Amino acid sequence: MKDFIIPDRDMGTPAVKSDVAVNLLVDGISVSVPAGTSVMRAAAVAGISVPRLCATDHLEAFGSCRLCVVQIDGMRGLPASCTTPVAEGMVVRTQTDEVAQVRKGVMELYISDHPLDCLTCAANGDCELQDMAGAVGLREVRYEPGANHFARRDAEGPNPEYRPKDQSNPYFTFDPAKCIVCSRCVRACEEVQGTFALTIEGRGFDSRVSAGMESDSFLSSDCVSCGACVQVCPTATLIENSVIQIGTPEHIVKTTCAYCGVGCSFDAHMRGEEVVRMVPSKDGKANHGHSCVKGRFAWGYATHRERQTQPMVRERITNPWRVVTWDEALDFAATRLRQAQADFGRDSIGVITSSRCTNEETYLVQKLARAVFGNNNTDTCARVCHSPTGYGLKTTFGTSAGTHDFDSVDDTDLALVIGANPTDAHPVFGSRMRKRLREGAGLIALDPREIDLLKTPHMGESLHLPLRPGTNVAVLTALAHVIVSERLYDEAFIRSRCDWDEFLAYAEFLLDPRHAPEAVETLARVPAELIRKAARAYAAAPRASIYYGLGVTEHSQGSTTVMAIANLAMMTGNIGKPGTGVNPLRGQNNVQGSCDMGSFPHEYPGYRHVSDPETRAIYERAWGVELSPEPGLRIPNMFDEALAGRFRGLYCQGEDIVQSDPDTRHVTAALAAMDIVIVQDLFLNETSNYAHVFLPGSSFLEKDGTFTNAERRINMVRRAMTPKNGYEDWQVTQLLANRMGAAWSYTHPREIMAEIAMTTPSFAGVSYDLLEREGSVQWPCNGQAPLGTPVMHIDGFVRGKGRFVHTEYIATEERTGARFPLLLTTGRILSQYNVGAQTRRTGNSVWHPEDILEIHPSDAENRGVRDGDLVRLASRAGETTLRAHITERVAPGVVYTTFHHPTTQANVVTTDNSDWATNCPEFKVTAVQVSPSNGPSEWQEEYRHHSDLARRILPTAAE
Amino acid sequence: MSDDSKLIRMASQMAQFFASQPDRPAAEAVAAHINDSWTPRMRQAFVDQIRAGVQADPVVRDAAGFVRLPAG
Repeated sequence: MKDFIIPDRDMGTPAVKSDVAVNLLVDGISVSVPAGTSVMRAAAVAGISVPRLCATDHLEAFGSCRLCVVQIDGMRGLPASCTTPVAEGMVVRTQTDEVAQVRKGVMELYISDHPLDCLTCAANGDCELQDMAGAVGLREVRYEPGANHFARRDAEGPNPEYRPKDQSNPYFTFDPAKCIVCSRCVRACEEVQGTFALTIEGRGFDSRVSAGMESDSFLSSDCVSCGACVQVCPTATLIENSVIQIGTPEHIVKTTCAYCGVGCSFDAHMRGEEVVRMVPSKDGKANHGHSCVKGRFAWGYATHRERQTQPMVRERITNPWRVVTWDEALDFAATRLRQAQADFGRDSIGVITSSRCTNEETYLVQKLARAVFGNNNTDTCARVCHSPTGYGLKTTFGTSAGTHDFDSVDDTDLALVIGANPTDAHPVFGSRMRKRLREGAGLIALDPREIDLLKTPHMGESLHLPLRPGTNVAVLTALAHVIVSERLYDEAFIRSRCDWDEFLAYAEFLLDPRHAPEAVETLARVPAELIRKAARAYAAAPRASIYYGLGVTEHSQGSTTVMAIANLAMMTGNIGKPGTGVNPLRGQNNVQGSCDMGSFPHEYPGYRHVSDPETRAIYERAWGVELSPEPGLRIPNMFDEALAGRFRGLYCQGEDIVQSDPDTRHVTAALAAMDIVIVQDLFLNETSNYAHVFLPGSSFLEKDGTFTNAERRINMVRRAMTPKNGYEDWQVTQLLANRMGAAWSYTHPREIMAEIAMTTPSFAGVSYDLLEREGSVQWPCNGQAPLGTPVMHIDGFVRGKGRFVHTEYIATEERTGARFPLLLTTGRILSQYNVGAQTRRTGNSVWHPEDILEIHPSDAENRGVRDGDLVRLASRAGETTLRAHITERVAPGVVYTTFHHPTTQANVVTTDNSDWATNCPEFKVTAVQVSPSNGPSEWQEEYRHHSDLARRILPTAAE
Repeated sequence: MSDDSKLIRMASQMAQFFASQPDRPAAEAVAAHINDSWTPRMRQAFVDQIRAGVQADPVVRDAAGFVRLPAG
């Protein structure tokens, strides 16, 4: 063992799983590796780096560069160590005269067609070609100058083989002159990302890396800018523009992405306090070295010029902002909050915790409401996304979270994807799923829209059930009907893990003809035979998994749908083993964590009801105050109470409810009715247009803490730079709490985590020491599971027996009719994130500068709408205008858009219908009409006017 | 602009769900869900409306009898 100094060392080829160990000798060092491992990796395990160019442990071995040849006793010639598997007793020599000579010859050829501008090259100091030239001892290039790809021109004139740089992508540059055609980029695009955008065109000397057709640039091609190609490129051919501008990094801070619920681990490559690049961590247990365009590239918002770094206040929301000191802002906020309570009662104020902030920050905000305000008026963005997941899974299984880790997808034989679009909204998980689909796993997609997963290249069988929005429960119940009527259920599992009699009662319910596919067909507009086929496929797969998103939860029957999903998994025994389970794909980076941390008005951290005297006693002891046993207000209740004049003050951390919540007019009217709205954010977001106090927030790069991803994984967030606003967000909350009479004295988030662990049984074992040691852990993490719990409900359900809840389909009150004949459903796009406050302030807008309405050709023709036309989108709640895109991805009668841009405000149109159990808004079903338009709606004009006025800031200079 | 009519609508949605469940009387289940998730003021407003004779699903009306009211 020679070299373990660099922890993330590239082992040359991927790890292999095998129970059989093979022993061999490499350069006299004895090493034992799993059968199937390459000689190159075995050498790396022994601490020996065999020179290589086309090999990297991100990708399967390719065997094209010929630099990694070695000598193996008993084998003829010089085999490539990357493609040669180990054998018992093998004797390998990585350096002999013959090997050295061959390598030098290979290197000489490579360098003969490569520019020698190393000193000014962007990869200088971080170039594998340079390293290899050194490693093989290349000292001269004997070839005469001749045909090459790098010289712009020679004595005769322009070089016909030269191609200029492709700088079309906002984040990286492709310089063909530096390319050695090792194919790493092409393979990464296929194997890691699964997009197949890159290819090698031509043969021999004419071989070139190409993004699609010859006329394509990286931007116009299918490239999704995940950056996997940039990461594996051994030269400066594909390189981050930030590296070109800044230079090589000098230290690394390990942290966690602040975008979606996948929670990718990242190495922030830093120079001083400046980020040079973000590189996904190979040891990241959620992402294993992969990332998407958001996490890898879209971090520039942290230093964007619109970032607000000073506190501001104003008497009224129509006044301009006044920049003030922290003291003045906090005094103003605290005084007004206390005044509201004095005038309108203890329950007249509340908080909204952030699903983008850390667990520790969220914990403090809900603590502020419970311990300092003295009420339980705390809620979070999960109200509007996955609250039905919490209710549904707690009712059926006993825990408000997904059952499996992401790695489980590697073992699945069939994935049933419901109301989720992983390749856009959870891209790194989408890539992992695509990899499994290419290996032959089946796919069933239940979605009104044809999601990209259905177009995965080289995949096995797939079914698309394009159901009508709002009919999830009907279709899922029909699937269960088929499984029961055709006796495809797993009786042994049900008998041992659930209540058999309860199942029989559910079976009787299911067998009623109203649940048969033939009855559901007319309702859901999915052919009965397709439903039957899907049910049989799900039940027949040895290991079938369910992945779902907001297309399940954001309905009036969201909670019922979650329970229908749980029923399917239980009746087929798809729980408790790898490759199965019920896996909600959570939206925001820490939405799982914000729920875990007690953000809901009826639950303390760890999902314990506020009326439970034992739990209350724990917190009364820890916090030294008497606590309310009554549930507080949910976000929609807060708005209703505000309009009734009873709810007067709100502290909103890191959420933009004006843009993200439904029925914008209702939200803005409620905010305008309050005496004190405090917004804590990086930017003057839409909600701040209705705020009296603005407290500047800190970005994820500027704080310590933890995020919990969709697989319950608690990941560390580490401070890479000083907060531009002066404080981490938890510090700001502490300052406000202390202004209101608390005496908090946390000096570091680790102390907050210690309090969480002390008071929450499922977090009892969590500490920063453990997280530093293990990298991450999945809760429950306590005495029974000291290192956490990757897969839940293995031997039994948390609640005891799994519970079958009956799933009657009840149509939403939101109906189409003559005035509003179309159904609008909403979603997300890869390049933008949620309300877009972050991604709109990055280069990502080049892919998605505005929200677009997708409409079927027949609906468009009936309305005289052409592709690219501005159209009016109207519902019973309101109207807006946006551009139309005509596509068959949506069915006739269905239109689709995103809500990333405040100029569109898609939520002006959505209604206040909500889930029966949790009040999660019905974002996914709105009856609308679409018609040609000349310009912005009246609402848009009014809103823009108010928005311009509300964002004015008084000059601070003394006059 | 008081919006307490929404409470009846929300309770009706719960009633529709619990009416389809076999295990316990729907009215009790609706009341239990309301007790778990509504503030005392919302519960009081709900019961007041039912007592005042507002039109509602029978399950919703029956549920009012099981809703826990704030003391006093």
